[in-house]
Formats: sequence, C-alpha cells, structure tokens
Amino acid sequence: MWAELAVTAAKLLVVATVLLTCVPIMVWVERRGAAFIQDRLGPNRVGPMGLLQPVIDAVKLFFKEDLTPGGVNPILYTLAPMVSMFVALVTFIVIPFSADAGVEVFGVPLKGIHVAPDLGVGVLYLLAISSLGVYGIVLAGWSSNNKYSLLGGLRSSAQLLSYELSLTMSVLGVVLVSGTLNLQEVIGRQGPEIWKWHAVTQPIGFIVFLVAAFAETNRLPFDLAEAETELVAGYHVEYSSMRFASFFMSEYINIVTISALTVTLFLGGWQVPWLTATLSGWPLLLVSAGAFAAKVALLLWLFVWVRWSLPRFRYDQLMQLGWKGLLPLAALNLLIVGMAMGQGWL
Amino acid sequence: MAEYIPILVFTAVAFSFPIITILISKAIRAGRFDPVKAEPYECGIVPASEAFDTRFSIRYYLIAVLFVVFDVETVFLYPWAVMFKKLELFGFIEMLVFLGILVAAYIYAWRRGALKWV
Amino acid sequence: MERTHLKAFADAEEMEISFGPQHPSTHGVLRLMVKVDGERILDVKPIIGYLHRGTEKLFERETYNGCIPHTDRMDYTAAVTNNQGLVGAVERLMGITIPPRAAYLRMILAELQRLASHLVWLATHALDIGAQTPYFYCFEERDKILDLFEEYCGARLTTNCMRVGGMPFDLTPGWTDRCRAFIEQFPAKVSDWERLLTKNRIWRERTVGVGVISAADAIEWGLTGPPLRGSGVRWDIRKVFPYDRYDEVEFDVPIGTNGDTYDRYLVRMEEMRQSVRIIRQCLERLPDGPVMAKVPKIIKPPKGEVYFSVEAPKGELGYYLVSEGGDTPYRLHVRPACFINLQALPEMVRGQLVADLVAVIGTLDIVLGEIDR
Repeated sequence: MWAELAVTAAKLLVVATVLLTCVPIMVWVERRGAAFIQDRLGPNRVGPMGLLQPVIDAVKLFFKEDLTPGGVNPILYTLAPMVSMFVALVTFIVIPFSADAGVEVFGVPLKGIHVAPDLGVGVLYLLAISSLGVYGIVLAGWSSNNKYSLLGGLRSSAQLLSYELSLTMSVLGVVLVSGTLNLQEVIGRQGPEIWKWHAVTQPIGFIVFLVAAFAETNRLPFDLAEAETELVAGYHVEYSSMRFASFFMSEYINIVTISALTVTLFLGGWQVPWLTATLSGWPLLLVSAGAFAAKVALLLWLFVWVRWSLPRFRYDQLMQLGWKGLLPLAALNLLIVGMAMGQGWL
Repeated sequence: MAEYIPILVFTAVAFSFPIITILISKAIRAGRFDPVKAEPYECGIVPASEAFDTRFSIRYYLIAVLFVVFDVETVFLYPWAVMFKKLELFGFIEMLVFLGILVAAYIYAWRRGALKWV
Repeated sequence: MERTHLKAFADAEEMEISFGPQHPSTHGVLRLMVKVDGERILDVKPIIGYLHRGTEKLFERETYNGCIPHTDRMDYTAAVTNNQGLVGAVERLMGITIPPRAAYLRMILAELQRLASHLVWLATHALDIGAQTPYFYCFEERDKILDLFEEYCGARLTTNCMRVGGMPFDLTPGWTDRCRAFIEQFPAKVSDWERLLTKNRIWRERTVGVGVISAADAIEWGLTGPPLRGSGVRWDIRKVFPYDRYDEVEFDVPIGTNGDTYDRYLVRMEEMRQSVRIIRQCLERLPDGPVMAKVPKIIKPPKGEVYFSVEAPKGELGYYLVSEGGDTPYRLHVRPACFINLQALPEMVRGQLVADLVAVIGTLDIVLGEIDR
C-alpha cells in the first residue's frame, strides 16, 4: 500500500517536472525556431545556444512588480491567472506517456509512466477540464476594467466555445471506433500499424481536431484574444509579474497537452510500427516513452512553424470557419465513421 | 475509485502551484505603488469612460446560447459512441434521428442569421 | 432629462476606445478615438499633433540649404524624396537647371528610397495583419539600401543628400557596381514575399474588400500615391509632371481596380519592380560630368512663389515656396501625402471590424513625422 503510494507520488513528481520543464524548452524552441525561419540569430547569449534564456526570463518575471491596477475587481483579477494555470496543469495527468510494460520497482507494479491511465472517463475528463480554461481568460478580460482586455476576453470566449464544439465532435469519431473513453485502450485499439491510426482512418476528423487545437490554444492564425497589433495584448494587458507568467506558462502547457492528446487520439500514442509489438519490459517502457516524446515534439514544431508562417484571421472569419466549416465537417466525419463501422470496415 | 486518488493529489498540487509562485514573487518583488501605475492602460491616455460601464454586444450572448444547445447534444452523443457496437443498426438509426434534429436546429439558426457574427 | 436617459440606453452597447498614441500598430503617435459596437466600428476620429515640431516655422529662419535637414525628419522613412522636393522647388524658382549626372543621381537615390519606404510599409503592414516573418526579410533588404545611402552621404536615415543646384558629392568608387548587384538580386526577393502573401488565403481574406474607396471618392478626398492608384486612377507625378529626368526613362504606373487593401498591396509590390527597372536604366545611362550647377554661395531666389511636387513613396509631396528675395523662405508650406491620405481613414473603415482598422492604417502607409511636421 505505502510502496504503491510512493510509486504514484514519484510518478506525479516526474509528470509535473516534465511538464514544467517542457515550458522553457518550448519557449526556447519557439524563439530559436522563429529566428531560424526569419533568418536571424535569436537568443544566443545566456547559456549554450541561449538555452537558459527562458530561465532568466522567468527569474526576471519573479522580480517584476506585481501590480494590481486601481479599477479592477480584485478577487476575480487574482483568481483568473490561477484558474488558467490550474486547468493547464490538471489536464495533463491522464495522458499515457508510455506502454503498460508491466515492469516492477521494488516489487510494486509500475505499469507505465502515467499517473491515471486507467481512468474510465479519460477522454471526457480531458475535454471537461480543458473547457474550464476559458474561465481564466474571460475572468481576466472582464475583471481588468480595461477595454482592450474586455474585447480580448469576449473574443476568446466566443472563439474557445465555438472551437470546443468542433473539437468534441471530432473526438467522437475516435470514441466511436474505440468503444471506450479510456485513453490507454484508445491507443491499444489503434494497433501498431500506421494504417490503423485514426489520423489515417479518419483524416477529416484529424484535420478538424488539429485546426480546433490551434484555436483552443490561442495560437496564430487564431490568436485573436491576444492580437498584439489590434488589442495590444488582449486579456492580459493589465497583468504583470508572476500573474502574467501564469498566463504565459499555461498557454505553453496547453500546447504541450493538446499535442500529447493529438498523439494519443490520432497518431497511435506511444506505438512504433512493428517495434513496440515485439518488445516487453523495460525496453518497451523506454522505447514507447521515447516514441511518444518524439511525436509530441514533431507536433510542437508544427505549432511553431505555423505561427511564424501565417497571418491572423479576422474575428468574423474565425467564427465562420468554426461554425460553418469545421462543425459540419466534424458531423460528416461522424457519419462516415458510423457507416464505415456498419459495413465492418473499421 | 483508486485511480482518482492521484488525480486528487495532483489537483491539490496544481492548485497550490500558481498560488505559491505568485506569493514568492510578491515576497521578493520591488513594489513602489504610484497612482499613475494603477490607471487602466488605454494607449497612454486617461480613459474617457470605464470599461465596467460599457455593456458588451448582445451577439456574444448568442454564441453562448448556441454553444449550450450544441454542446449538450454532443455530450449526449458520447455514451452512444461508447456503446455503438452493442446498439448496432438500431442505435445508428436512432442517432441519425437525433443528429437530424440537430441539423434542423443548425439550419434554422443559420437561416435566422444567428451564424452571422458582428 | 428623459431624453438623455433614452440616449444613454441607446448607446449602451457602444464603447469608445482610445486607439493610440501608444499602440503597436498606429505607426507612430497617431491617436484614434474609435467607437465600436462589439467588433463593428461605428466611427473613427483621428487625433494628431503628438509629433508636431513646427517644421514649417523652422524653415522660415533657416537658409535654403539649411532647410534640407529639417525635411529629412518629416517622412523619416523617405528622407531622399523629401530632399528632392525641397531642392526642386527652390531650383524652379531660381530657374536653375541641374547637370544631367546630378539628375540621374537624384533619380537613383529617390527610387532606392522608394524601395526602402515600401519595404517598411510591407514589413509593418504584414505584421499588423499578423504575418510576422516578412518583417525580417524586408528589413534585411532595407538595410542593404541604407548601406548604399551610408556609403554615398554618410547617413542611413536622415540623408540630407541634396543641395540646391545639384548633389553635394559625386559617387564613391564602385558604388554603381554595388547598387547594380543589389537591384539584380532584389526582384527575386519581391517574388519570395509575394509567394508568402499574395495567394495566401488568410491574407486575401484579410485584405480583399477591406477599406474600399472608389476612384471618384479617392479623387474627392485628395488621395495621392498608391492609395489613389489602387482605386484605378493612373496618376503619378513622375509621369504627368516629370521632374529630374523621369521623362527619359521607361516605366509603368501600376493601378488597381477595386480600391481595396489587396489592390493597394499589389500596386506597391509592382511599384517596387518598376523602381528596380528605373534604377537599372539610370545606372546604364548615368552620364559623366559635374554634379553641381553653378549657383551663388548664398541662395537667394527672386521674389515670387512656386509650387513644386514630387512623387514620394507615399504620394504627392508638394512644397509651396514664397520668397521675398532674402536668403530665408518667407513661407514654405508642405503638402504632405500622408496627412491628406489619412483624412480618408474614417470613410474607409466605417462599418468594418476592429481588425480591419489596423489593416487600413497599414495600407495608407502613414508616417506621423510627415503628418504632424
């Protein structure tokens, strides 16, 4: 009992550490990647290849004055960044990072590197918790008593709500085929072969999910809530110091989470074609965790790549795409998958 | 229920993390209050009106209402999707009827101009 | 009492936002009072004057050549064409004909300046619409142009590179080769940027049909430069009132059809190619000889008045000079292109969305230094 708890606690620690380390690495990749795309150097002074730049930035933010402007609603103003951060952290817990390799540590079954993989409602849990994220942004936008924040908050609430629909709908296709909401089982049903991954069997659903994922994480071309050149910084105009950093970090954590979710639902999770089926024990654990990390890294690079390549949508175009483009497509995907299953193809 | 315990623990961790970081920064920051700093940002100009005084456009509410309608329906689809293989053709046709109603509502909303933003 | 209450109720959904002076996309210290209903713009009122330095008054106590540095600081992204307009006005009043080599030098520098100015426009316009990467590509090219300026006159931004009667110095050895090398690689870069933007679906959706102004309205508002040509009016001072030696070189004046932001974008992109064409011809024909005409040490134009304008990158830049016969202007008024183009802004954005406002500001290509003077 105690040993089990210790293992769980250790896993929690690993997950939290990995997640929080992902943020500075992601920031670094984004800045160096932007520099690479834009034909310039990027941060290269602090640490080797500027790797410590995000750390220094965090230290700087710690020392910044934490200012609460006069006209704000103090309770909601304080609560908003906490909600954002909390939601971003909590969603990550159900994602299975590796195979259930059945290895033991001190006689205690370790299963895999994941904290709560056997959650029967994994998919629902993820969708439910991540949809709470909109509260952080809306509260921040409204409580700041600032017109730019207000516009940013309203925009992003409309955007997040609209794209959440498409996101939920596109995941339905996966659930339909898997017949389960357990994420580890969803991976298992996809099989090691690439043509059994849902990205291949349900291309429409995959594309809808990916586009909605960009919108849900407020990234270009959907970063209307921030839109530096229109709303200055949108919902977090009035925030400084660690409260601003909370928004900043939660944005990056959300990107990591949604990438991990994409990999889990559509790209076969931790599986490597032919290889993972032949392994067991520790090698399986390590290979599967590595494969998962690699797939997530590729998706993260996609996020960076798109950000520095495309212009921004306008508000009405964004809503149009969400409601008149993605939503019908997601429904269509559901219909196709249902019929294909009726025919016994899936 | 055992699998929910780590979630509970992690929830506590996730809840305390932002509080702790904000408290730390509060403890070590250099805070010099100034009434000018406390003014809301409006591009360097003292705002003519407060943001709290303005009401926002009714269209934003419309989106929220539409979202509630459609999201509840999608949530209903989840148990169906899980049990789809057991329900077989009956379940499929039943869901087609359900989706049909959804599509009718969608078309109605579109025709009435609810999907016209701004 | 009753009435005001009703009015307040009717206006309840309106919000008045101050857009600027400290805003990332007002291109300087422009302030716009924007009245919005949700995302829809009901009205815009530009408020200017944050950069007013009294340039026109300063002109009145400077010698004519002393006025030139002040013109650098009006449209600081296009100092060369500002210089060109001023010296042209004084030369016309004095009846001076500048040597052909000086005229060609002026044309080369002015067209290079047009490229540099359009590059700043493209960089910031794309940035405003959310495409952040072209910014760096454009500034890389612009820096090459500024290197050429620096080599010629020692300054990169505030060039002060012309004098009444010609040019202050001849070219440094090898300058023409470096200039030729630059313009030979430049058109390929323009095509690169066009690949990033012209057929980009999001870019098109953000610019097509945004900030439309008809040809008749554009003329009525007194628009000049690309905003006028984007509406389909073939009006270019270099063609209709040729100065320097523009009548000796071949170039086209691109025009748009719909008068929207996308057309103005295409017009400016094509203008860059045409500028390269002009520079290439000028470099081929660049005659030898002096760069300075015989002018008196102290410039004293005869009593009289003159209006002289050049096609600056942003539109028609005119100088109206009144001389009393002394060594300083009695009055030197500037017809700034940006100031008059900006006037059409409320007309162009009324009824459109907040995001369109920054697109239209970008497409008008304003510089507050010239608006406020």
